[in-house]
Amino acid sequence: MSESIQLEYTVPGNDFTRAGEASADLKSTLKRLGLPAAEVRRIAIALYEGEINLAIHAGGGQIRVTVDDHQVEMILTDQGPGIPDIPKAMEEGYSTASAQVRSLGFGAGMGLPNMKRYTDEFDIQSTVGVGTTITMRVKIG
Amino acid sequence: MNTGDLPARCGFRVLVPGEDRPIRGIFTGDLLSWAMGRAKEGDAWFTVMGNVNTVAVASLADCACIVLCHGAVLDSVAGQRAAENGVLVFATHLPEFEASLALAKAMGL
Repeated sequence: MSESIQLEYTVPGNDFTRAGEASADLKSTLKRLGLPAAEVRRIAIALYEGEINLAIHAGGGQIRVTVDDHQVEMILTDQGPGIPDIPKAMEEGYSTASAQVRSLGFGAGMGLPNMKRYTDEFDIQSTVGVGTTITMRVKIG
Repeated sequence: MNTGDLPARCGFRVLVPGEDRPIRGIFTGDLLSWAMGRAKEGDAWFTVMGNVNTVAVASLADCACIVLCHGAVLDSVAGQRAAENGVLVFATHLPEFEASLALAKAMGL
């Protein structure tokens, strides 16, 4: 593709039936664009974890995806409570999810680690009381 | 081994039918992010979680199918979403370990 493609999604807060719509849509869009299946899978998984986090922790948020010849960039922003201790939040198994969320199978404390694991670049900026921005990039080819 | 062989070879019931797919491996567990992080493409996923999020994870992670164990129920929203997304769902009364073992034996693992 000669020009980059921009996609935007809004994730509602606390709606676990709808969380996943953005990643499902992105997955089918990237497949249609002919991106390699392995990269599409990594991107879909990373974005789904991000969507779930937005729904669980932030009361919802925004996702902006930019697709070009070399990479897929996903920027997730929210105006949620922020993350007081980012290194702690990045530890596998650390979770602040509620019992209700855990009963759905979430809250294993693997969301952020999975996002980092499945992307080539992962950055998280957060201010308590202001919100969080996560930037993820997956290289293509 | 294909998903279409599961009823005859392992005794699993079809809850949501779909396209016949090769099964490449097995993932067993109920925590969704663990499945997201560790299940491989083409795995049959053994779990007791029958909600819409399980279907989303199976679809995004390209699992071959979901096998609901211990007679766990697939809720109606999840069933509908699975049909829409082409996610095959099977059911068994076997516990997760025994169901996984039945497939592993059938696959010669």
